[in-house]
Amino acid sequence: MDTYLLQIFNGISVSSVLLLAALGLAITFGLMKIINMAHGEMIMIGAYTTYMVQNLFISFLGDRYFDLYFIAAIPLSFLITGFVGYLLEISIVKRLYGRTLDSLLATWGISLILQQLARNIFGAPNVDVKSPAWLNGGVVVLSNIQLPYKRLFIILLAALCIAGVYLFLFKSDSGRRIRAVMQNRSMAESLGINTRKVDSMTFAIGSGLAGIAGCALTLLGSIGPTLGTNYIVDTFMVVVLGGVGRIIGTVAGAAAIGIGNTTFEYFTNASLGKVLVFLAVILFLQWKPQGFFSISSRVLDE
Amino acid sequence: MLDAICGRVKPAEGKIIFKGIKDVTEMSEHQIVELGIGRKFQVPSVFMGITIYENMELAAARKRSLYSTLFTKLSKEQMERIQDVLQKIGLYEKRYRTPAALSHGEKQWLEIGMLLVQQPEIMLLDEPVAGMGRKETDKTGRLLKEISEKCSVIVVEHDMEFVREYADKVTVLHEGRLLDEGNMHEIQENPKVMEVYLGRGGEGCD
Amino acid sequence: MERNLHYLKGSFLKDRLFANNFIITLLFVLLALAPLFLSDFRTNLLGKFIAYAILALGIDLIWGYTGILSLGHGVYFGLGAYCMAMYLKLEASNGKLPDFMSWSGQKVLPWFWKPFVYAPVAIILSVLVPAILALIIGYLTFKNRIKGVYFSILTQALSIIFVVLFVGQQAYTGGTNGITNFKTIFGFPLSSSSTKVTLYYVALGFLILAFLFCRWIVQSRFGKVLIAIRDSENRARFSGYNPAIYKTFVYCISAGLAGLAGALFVPQVGIISPAEMGIVPSVEMVIWVAIGGRGTLVGAVIGAILVNSLKSMVSEGFPAAWSYFIGISFVAVVIFMPYGLAGLLNQIKRKIYTQKSVKQYSSAALNILEESGCDEYVG
Repeated sequence: MDTYLLQIFNGISVSSVLLLAALGLAITFGLMKIINMAHGEMIMIGAYTTYMVQNLFISFLGDRYFDLYFIAAIPLSFLITGFVGYLLEISIVKRLYGRTLDSLLATWGISLILQQLARNIFGAPNVDVKSPAWLNGGVVVLSNIQLPYKRLFIILLAALCIAGVYLFLFKSDSGRRIRAVMQNRSMAESLGINTRKVDSMTFAIGSGLAGIAGCALTLLGSIGPTLGTNYIVDTFMVVVLGGVGRIIGTVAGAAAIGIGNTTFEYFTNASLGKVLVFLAVILFLQWKPQGFFSISSRVLDE
Repeated sequence: MLDAICGRVKPAEGKIIFKGIKDVTEMSEHQIVELGIGRKFQVPSVFMGITIYENMELAAARKRSLYSTLFTKLSKEQMERIQDVLQKIGLYEKRYRTPAALSHGEKQWLEIGMLLVQQPEIMLLDEPVAGMGRKETDKTGRLLKEISEKCSVIVVEHDMEFVREYADKVTVLHEGRLLDEGNMHEIQENPKVMEVYLGRGGEGCD
Repeated sequence: MERNLHYLKGSFLKDRLFANNFIITLLFVLLALAPLFLSDFRTNLLGKFIAYAILALGIDLIWGYTGILSLGHGVYFGLGAYCMAMYLKLEASNGKLPDFMSWSGQKVLPWFWKPFVYAPVAIILSVLVPAILALIIGYLTFKNRIKGVYFSILTQALSIIFVVLFVGQQAYTGGTNGITNFKTIFGFPLSSSSTKVTLYYVALGFLILAFLFCRWIVQSRFGKVLIAIRDSENRARFSGYNPAIYKTFVYCISAGLAGLAGALFVPQVGIISPAEMGIVPSVEMVIWVAIGGRGTLVGAVIGAILVNSLKSMVSEGFPAAWSYFIGISFVAVVIFMPYGLAGLLNQIKRKIYTQKSVKQYSSAALNILEESGCDEYVG
């Protein structure tokens, strides 16, 4: 039972990473009806950014400041990944609006290119990121359960990001514009909102969040060019399960997938666990085809 | 309301009885079509990837099972009906083109034509003349008038000009409730209707 | 005038049909002659691509014609391949337990392996198993009107769970290594040149059959319903068709074709492993059709053969370049050439044709003018 509790805790921390990644995906899909298959590579870019920041700290600042590198890596991975996302949007994605399925294929192409780039730059083998010392160890809850600081930190990070996204979407002007475009694009356009700008900004922010997810992932294991592929399908399942357009849906979806995965895996094994989660999602969709929460659409043919 | 009849939305309460027996709120769209209720949307929606003739063919087929679409051809009678309707809506000459080449008005007629070959008993049309010029509107009006000799036609329309000219019976609804029913002349004299329409800007009618 | 235009349009359609028939016949003839000029190795490779072309036909049916993007066709391909591989493995083990099973401590043949002792059963199941899985998945999703990207994502998840499942159940599936080390097929040694050539022609024969089958489907009223569903699902619904049934059915056919392709793939390649079912190959299958031209059967066949030929050429020389190449072509095809090579070809033909018809028209007009004595208008 104790190990199971620990598994649940691990599940929650995985959920947090999924949540960070899925949030960007859900927002961009809600806003532009674009599915970004290269979103997983945004996770990868975030992770490699962290790796580079670590290396820079080692070579220029020495051991004394090494532990601080992670603090610097978080905003940097957000910014760099966000910038890559922005470039992607203004160069390629903007040509794909209104062609949801095609956007999926084109962005898949982008993801292949990015993966190969990573392979050429950093090499095919995985690289390790050394966690800062202050994240080693954990909180002892019961005599035999220790909650690692790393995972607690990830959960905290995700919570902060959610709060940030929430404040941004609901309290800031830019956020209001994003929501306006999401609800009625043409109306927002005619009110003088520059929807192009909103689109690329949202895409950049969504990518940036995936970058933070990648940064967080470096705490859980080594990173490689195919890092994104391992997480992207789960991320998509979160979006399918959670529905589009509500933050709470994404949170619920991420929690369900993350905890579901670890629970099923605990009671069966890794391979059957995945199958059971998939079956559970399919069965759930029989009951609620739109996911947990969704804003109903008034368009006849989507 | 049209959405509720043809099954696109389920009403919160109440039933819709067709031909005195069947409650269509329980059925799915394609079953309702089988009953003989045809529906046309405000925005023309026809199949762009196949020719006009094939559009009609799909609508005309009585049997719509997997087996019959794979193995059977249309009966002679059905083909003749398609020809008839194509002549009537004026698209016979263009029958081997795809609807992409058609104007807005022509697409609307094609959709009406597709409803027609379905041989419905009742035809529901949502603003069929929206976006049409006067000439096209007149043509649509005459077409519908002609159709209404064979089956019931219900039109939701804001274009009063069009309604005045072609409607036999007008029903005014306001916020989901029946306001008045009668011919156009009577309707126009009704003080309640005048209040709603002139006083507060109007709701739909048909 | 209107009538004439229509006549021209009709003849244009006929021209196009003729041109397409010509291209596909030429292609099949070339494929039939290919073994005479190619080495055994190349013939074998081409035979593999032919199996892929059958799969591409299936993807074209579901994606090009019905507008449903399945990213899990690797699974159906893999299931078909595994069915065939199980038979080949049992034939190779000579009634004993397959080698990988005894390695993982398995004592007896699992029950679901037993039917695969018989070749006809294995062949039929290699089509049937994928079709039945597709039936279940399709029914559960299409009935609830889960469509578009949601469906694509679910099918993608399907491919990942199958990979995980097959890797995990090593004792039954051979794990990561898959099933390999076959010796004979129906008693003929797989390594011999004559068997290879025979397998090639069997694959080609099935490709031609599959092509004719798909053409029959898309030209029937059923095919028009598929396009109708793609263009406007709701209008199809309000024309009295139940899209869920049609989608499920065509998804099954598509999966069955993928299974057939898998069954033809295994004896030629000699191995099937979970890697063939993963996300990457599944999406790559879609790009064959995208490059060849979705919505035309000829395009699907050409796309599969062309892209794979390119792949084997490029990756022989520069393995890394292939990823860039395929990635860039994904983007380029989707943005600049949404209807693929076939679409490009049609555009060119249309251009040539319009020029031709303009010439015809102008000369006809000149004749009329001359006859009516309006010389002053001429020139």
